[in-house]
Amino acid sequence: MRPFDYVRAEDPVSASRAAAQANARFIGGGTNLLDLMKLEVMAPETLVDVSRLDFGGIAEDGDGLRIGATVTNSDVAADARVRRTWPVLSRALLSGASGQLRNKATTGGNLLQRTRCPYFYDTDTACNKRRPGSGCAAMGGETRNHAILGTSDQCIALYPGDMAVALRALDATIDVQRSEGAAERFSMQDFYRLPGETPDIETVLAPGDLITAVHLPAPKGDRQIYRKVRDRASYAFALVSVAAVVRMEGGRIAHAAIGFGGLGTVPWRDPDVDAVLVGEKPSAAVFDAAADTLLRGAVPEEGTQFKVPLARRVLRAVLEEATA
Amino acid sequence: MNLSFTVNRRARTLDIDPRVSLLDALRDHLHLTGSKKGCDHGQCGACTVLVNGRRINSCLSLAVMHEGDEIVTVEGLSDGAPSPLQAAFVKHDGFQCGFCTPGQLCSATGMLDEIAEGWPSHASADLDGPYELTQAELSERMSGNLCRCSCYPGINAAIRETAGTGDAT
Repeated sequence: MRPFDYVRAEDPVSASRAAAQANARFIGGGTNLLDLMKLEVMAPETLVDVSRLDFGGIAEDGDGLRIGATVTNSDVAADARVRRTWPVLSRALLSGASGQLRNKATTGGNLLQRTRCPYFYDTDTACNKRRPGSGCAAMGGETRNHAILGTSDQCIALYPGDMAVALRALDATIDVQRSEGAAERFSMQDFYRLPGETPDIETVLAPGDLITAVHLPAPKGDRQIYRKVRDRASYAFALVSVAAVVRMEGGRIAHAAIGFGGLGTVPWRDPDVDAVLVGEKPSAAVFDAAADTLLRGAVPEEGTQFKVPLARRVLRAVLEEATA
Repeated sequence: MNLSFTVNRRARTLDIDPRVSLLDALRDHLHLTGSKKGCDHGQCGACTVLVNGRRINSCLSLAVMHEGDEIVTVEGLSDGAPSPLQAAFVKHDGFQCGFCTPGQLCSATGMLDEIAEGWPSHASADLDGPYELTQAELSERMSGNLCRCSCYPGINAAIRETAGTGDAT
């Protein structure tokens, strides 16, 4: 691990100021960042510890819920209100990582977890995300945990997480304190950036911008499902995951918000997929049409072709359950 | 950098480089070598310790982030006589080489507290519980601890007996 200056932040404003420089990073739980620092995939010169800052815990906010940035994944998953009203979020969190990691990982940090593309991790290989302009060794290489949606000719790295997939289906928003002090709220859609020509830039955050909270609005659907398919039964990243928030009225789908993991370069949601479903009576034909829409722009590599039929099957199974 | 914390109920002070992981601080600076370095990347669980009562991977944490924290390692799980969990590991032969055992013991200790607090798991049919420590629940909740000797039958029997959900053998 490269040497760095360690700064224990006293408050969010001084934390932002300390991190508003090139090659400074916040550290919360550190479960992803320290792993990458040991491998020197990331080598920040300054670490600003925000783990002790008080961003508030989990608090009711009108009909919704506000989750402070440093609340751990375990505490969110076990919260009685989340379990009762936003169960898809509990389920997504519980399907990720291990008990030890969930006890350490924070809500803000989880949003910023980085890809597990093995070429991103291997500093001897080309990677446009790790070293812009160096190329992409994943294309034409060994692929399995890679994206098939939202890719570019520069990068096919997968967004690996579960929590953010549920947050997309729940229309959650992210509160950010900009380094100059202004507060700003982002939708999940606006927060993440597709790789395009700059796969090293993953979110809207600039140096010093600090995530302070995640907001869950009142759920628009009472039928919530998170289904995750992976290579082993526990403690593995998703090959495909689907987060569904659905409401039925009079035998028709009145609301459908479907998030996808294991497929996209960012936590994925396609409004056209939701639109195919809303107003329809549940049927195999409707579910297939939703899958057709989801996968119309898929660009699989040789090792990720299996995701196309797998995504179709998982989506169909989740929709059957959610609309039954 | 100065660090003051409590390890196994004893106040300790260190002057260490910020790069030192909690695991290395325990092993190399405090000479508590019970916690093991298996993968050093949060994948095997051999380094599991309790921080303020909760289990974490000590390899994926900086020591300097634990100012004021209460750490318990395998050396601190009991005072003198083995804890019921430790005794059950001996009784059920819950190890072969023993390298993963300190992490298994700390993890299981934290996991049993999580169940007592009513935390659900991925294996729970109902998010509202109740959570009985079935084999499916146990496998899921302990998935962060690997045993390369694959002594899982003994580990599982020891934990379930301690939890009161195992066979009375």
